[in-house]
Amino acid sequence: MVITTTLLLAQTASAGTTVDTLLDTYRAAGAGPFQAEAGQRMWGETYRSNSAPTERSCKTCHTNNLTASGQHSKTLKPIKPLAPSVNAERLTNSKRIEKWFTRNCKWTIGRECSPQEKGDFLLYIQNQ
Amino acid sequence: MMNIYRKLLALAVVTAGTGLLLSVTVYGDNDREEKDTWLSQSRLDVASVKNSAYQAECGSCHFAYQPGWLPERSWRKLMGGLENHFGDNAELTAEDQGKILDFLVSNAADKSDFKRSKRISGSLKQEDVPLRITDTVYFKRKHHEIPAGYIQGNKMVGSLSNCAACHTRAESGSFNEHEVKIPGVGRWDD
Repeated sequence: MVITTTLLLAQTASAGTTVDTLLDTYRAAGAGPFQAEAGQRMWGETYRSNSAPTERSCKTCHTNNLTASGQHSKTLKPIKPLAPSVNAERLTNSKRIEKWFTRNCKWTIGRECSPQEKGDFLLYIQNQ
Repeated sequence: MMNIYRKLLALAVVTAGTGLLLSVTVYGDNDREEKDTWLSQSRLDVASVKNSAYQAECGSCHFAYQPGWLPERSWRKLMGGLENHFGDNAELTAEDQGKILDFLVSNAADKSDFKRSKRISGSLKQEDVPLRITDTVYFKRKHHEIPAGYIQGNKMVGSLSNCAACHTRAESGSFNEHEVKIPGVGRWDD
């Protein structure tokens, strides 16, 4: 616990920087300008893919309130809030952000998210 | 206990920039963990092995099942299909995947002397490659008497895969039936 908290404190300052760096990467891939509203729209959308037997959305696990805890739909394991305003650990680690984009876009939408979509999502989450 | 943590934390924060005390803190924590393991090793059912990558990558979605619950062949197969991990996408970078597979393989049930690792391994035929611990003969035998209403029908449990919901010391590798407490039901002694 001591280690985690200490590392966390050392990283907290970089939350904004992490997002900015990622947005630059997406811009370099041709995306932008980014809009939090577009991220919010996708957050609320329900997707149905061939591989998924049930409808899926970000809300399935994270709920519609990003400052609240979520829950893994199958294992029931709690998911800490995504909003940086209540969870300073969020958006501070670009490797972790990209990992969850890959996993969650494929699971929810059935494909990877585009750099544009990822940037929109980041802005929306960052404002929460 | 909390006081010690708070003091350590305060110290660590003050000197976080130097990095020096941080490494001392890390050291102290390791010492404590090693002592715990050494003292209680013989009473555990499966080896309580810790690996930060495994804990972070796998333990964020589900209970971090000890590697001693499945044989090497199962871990190899499971780690080879993470893009469809029981219906979820659990993809890892090649580097993390390799690291975690090494950890799982070197602590697998067929390489462990711990009581339940040996039993679970012994309950399998050589050609059996279970991907779910709950599919092994040994696991089924140990759980078949529990009414479905206590598990699947219990919103606080959900399924038999949720070890820590009922096994109060599961994370430490202890699965003694006297430590079982089913949420909303109470103790379970058969």
